[in-house]
Amino acid sequence: MQLNEFLFLAAFLFCTGVYGVLARKNSVLVLMSVELILNSVNINLLAFGAFNGTITGQIFALFVIAIAAAEVGVGLAIVLVIYRNRRSIDLDKVDLMKG
Amino acid sequence: MDWFLRNAWIIPALPTASFVIILLFGKRCPYKGSEVGVAAVGVSFVLAILTAIAWIRQPAVGDDKIRQFVEHNLFTWFDWSTASSSGPVAHTTQFAIHIDGLSVMLLFVVAFISLMVHVYSLEYLRGDRRYTYFFAALSLFTASMFVMVTAANTLQLLLGWEGMGVCSFMLIGHWWEDRPNSDAALKAFFTTRTGDIGLLIGLTMTFFLAGETFNIEKINQAALSGKLDHTLLVVAAIALLAAVVGKSAQFPLHTWLPDAMAGPTPVSALIHAATMVVAGVYLISRMYGVFSAAFHILTPGHNGFNIVSIVGAATIIIAALLAFVQHDIKKVLAYSTVSQLGYMVMALGVGAWTAAIFHLFTHAFFKADLFLGAGSVSHGGSHHSFDMKKDMGGLRKHMPVTFMTFIVASLALAGIFPLAGFWSKDEILANAGHNGYLAFAIVGIVGAGLTAAYMSRCIWLTFFGQHRGHGHPHESPKLITVPLVILTVMAVAAGWLNAFGLHYFQKWTENSVVSSAMAAAHATEAHFNWVLAVVSIGVALVAIAVTFAFYELHAFAPLHGLTSKVRLARGGYMLLDNRYYLDALYTDGIVYGIKSPIARASYWFNQYVLDGVVNGAAIGTRYLAASVYRYIDQDLIDGTVNGLGSGAEEGGSLLRLFQTGRVQQYAAAFFLFGVIVIGVGLLALTHAFG
Amino acid sequence: MVLALVHGLDVAQQVVFGVLAAAMCLSALRVVTTKNLVHAALYLTVVLAGGAGIYILLAAEFVATVQVLVYIGAVIVLMLFGLFLTRAPLGEAQDLDNNQRWLAAVIALLLLGILGVVLQRAFKGQHVATSVIADQGSNTAAIGLSIFHDFVIPFEVASVLLLAALVGAVVIARRD
Repeated sequence: MQLNEFLFLAAFLFCTGVYGVLARKNSVLVLMSVELILNSVNINLLAFGAFNGTITGQIFALFVIAIAAAEVGVGLAIVLVIYRNRRSIDLDKVDLMKG
Repeated sequence: MDWFLRNAWIIPALPTASFVIILLFGKRCPYKGSEVGVAAVGVSFVLAILTAIAWIRQPAVGDDKIRQFVEHNLFTWFDWSTASSSGPVAHTTQFAIHIDGLSVMLLFVVAFISLMVHVYSLEYLRGDRRYTYFFAALSLFTASMFVMVTAANTLQLLLGWEGMGVCSFMLIGHWWEDRPNSDAALKAFFTTRTGDIGLLIGLTMTFFLAGETFNIEKINQAALSGKLDHTLLVVAAIALLAAVVGKSAQFPLHTWLPDAMAGPTPVSALIHAATMVVAGVYLISRMYGVFSAAFHILTPGHNGFNIVSIVGAATIIIAALLAFVQHDIKKVLAYSTVSQLGYMVMALGVGAWTAAIFHLFTHAFFKADLFLGAGSVSHGGSHHSFDMKKDMGGLRKHMPVTFMTFIVASLALAGIFPLAGFWSKDEILANAGHNGYLAFAIVGIVGAGLTAAYMSRCIWLTFFGQHRGHGHPHESPKLITVPLVILTVMAVAAGWLNAFGLHYFQKWTENSVVSSAMAAAHATEAHFNWVLAVVSIGVALVAIAVTFAFYELHAFAPLHGLTSKVRLARGGYMLLDNRYYLDALYTDGIVYGIKSPIARASYWFNQYVLDGVVNGAAIGTRYLAASVYRYIDQDLIDGTVNGLGSGAEEGGSLLRLFQTGRVQQYAAAFFLFGVIVIGVGLLALTHAFG
Repeated sequence: MVLALVHGLDVAQQVVFGVLAAAMCLSALRVVTTKNLVHAALYLTVVLAGGAGIYILLAAEFVATVQVLVYIGAVIVLMLFGLFLTRAPLGEAQDLDNNQRWLAAVIALLLLGILGVVLQRAFKGQHVATSVIADQGSNTAAIGLSIFHDFVIPFEVASVLLLAALVGAVVIARRD
């Protein structure tokens, strides 16, 4: 298998995730896009791990998964608080730092 | 005794010191400074007598038995010595005193009259608003005249001359709050100033003509030596004559003297009768070498006249006629002074040097006496008025002492034997006839008659008839009448110095200049001419009698009120009343004609050029300031400062747009720049590595 | 025969990879472009599942298992909970994209371009020898050994972090 294939796939997923982070209004959708990015990173890690013949890539990927899960939990907690206070999770409306 | 002759400089120094002391401390003295003035003049008078005695005791030497003058240098005034190829050339002008008979005589006269006037003024000006300064000015005047008569060189003479002019101005305008008084003072000053132009020219010319020296003796000798350019000498003499015409009130510059009567009467007595106005006569006498050489006075030849004698003669008649139409007693005396000064100048012009200064001597006494008498009349008799027609009359009953002194002085003035004026006036007439100026002798006799007539008129209007004034006429206090009596004694006796063949005066005042001039001209002193004397006395007595009859006895009835009946007489009266329209000519004609365009031009220059420059500068500066304010301060500087502020504000507003508060936009910017940086870095790396 | 087997294995891997990659890419695109929120979550599930498949291709079956368990099992559920708790509009929702989506597209494309160029230049012709890994046997044991041997501290830190995240989420989201 070409290494490049995995890497291109990861790059595509990454860019899609970047687009989603920048373009989506709903906070949960942004979190989803962040998940996409994290997944692309995982693919990269594993591809390079397989390429180099070490298991370090897999271990790193495991940690990424764990941390991603924690991050989603905290992120959604924040989203819930925002929703409770502002009745909306539209990121365009969360602009109290404006000016 | 010689000490007095060498140290005669003390005589002018004392009144000068008194002037300064009175100015500085006068107001604080118990008698307001008058005691200082009287003391200084008193001591000067004593010193003058002693100096005269010292002079008389000088030995008369030489063939013509003349006393040698004493010239004593005090200090070097100007030093313009140069070093030339032939060795150092010393050119100095010394401040020196020159004592001879003429100086001593005048020192005595001035000191005496000044002392009388000082004492008189103690009463006359009691309570005056400027009592102290009056005495200061009197002291300064006395000092100036002393300086002039002891001057050894023309610069000192000029110093004294100008000092007297200033004091005359100050004293005539003593009550300057009234406009006519200050006008009179200015008129006096300007008229004499006009003559003083001639003085400056004349002094400068004689300086150069005599080989760059101011010394009067040397100038006279140079003039008499005959080696000088005659035309230049004549010009210099005419210039000096102009000064005499101004200062001694000869025709045509006599107009200031009657107006000068606006000053206090003691001032009129001192300055405008006895002393200052004779300064011109003194000038001619002192520089007789110049005048006699220039005008050939002692050698009249065929003509029988010269400009000096003509000026003098004209003045005698013109002024005498004017004295007839005056209402003011002081003005009568003023015109009389002008007329008598004419006698003195005419005398000098006919070669009667000794007679002229003898007349100066006697005239001082009786004229001062007459003026002080007029002051006494106004003080006690006419309520401080000098108008004879309105406020006087019949005062002989109320003021006997004043009346007697006035009568005696008038008789002396008219030249009645044996009073002082007789001797001096007849000596003039005798010399005129003797030296070949017969026409002037006749003029002198006519003048004597006129003098007697107008003085009689004056006396009648003042002392006889009904008293026309208000108030209670009474005799004046002793401080006024005592000087009157003393002066009257002098008026009687002063002439006896040269009378009855005694010739003391002549011997005492002879000087080498005159005698060498006369020797050169082969002229001799005239003897007393009894014919002329009798004729002149007769003319005077007839004039007195006629006038007295006209007024007291109302004789010549058709002549009374002539001027209102006959047109010609009225015309003559108008001519005299308007003083021959000379004042109008001078003031409105000459002065106005000169000053009006000059004044207008100066005014234009002042308003448009000077003020224009000043205002223009001010306007320019104001405009500049406004421009600076508007353009530089407001627009440029404030603009910059404000611009910086608003620029920061705008920049901030601009930058604030970035702070949308939206996280995604921040993230977009972050990613964008990140991409760009990576792209640039990539390009750089690829280029670096080929 | 082994070569043919290997060669056949290669082809099979390629095909599987291709299918999985296509599915993942399409799903990923749908995640960021769909107007239906719940559909986005489901599309994400497809991506994550595909990802697990890719991990298996890369002989990392433990990671694939964990991916499915944690990601799909917990994360997607959390997302769905989040969606429903925040009253996400069900069905088609309007304006889910904000104003800067064209800029975002540009950025994403640029980034893709750069990454592509870099990757192509750097890793052209490199192979992943999965056959070697496959010969090593069970993957799980190796991971366990490695974690508790070499990466104990990161493991412990990760557990502390999970604790912190747990407590933090509770604290943040509690009602008071």
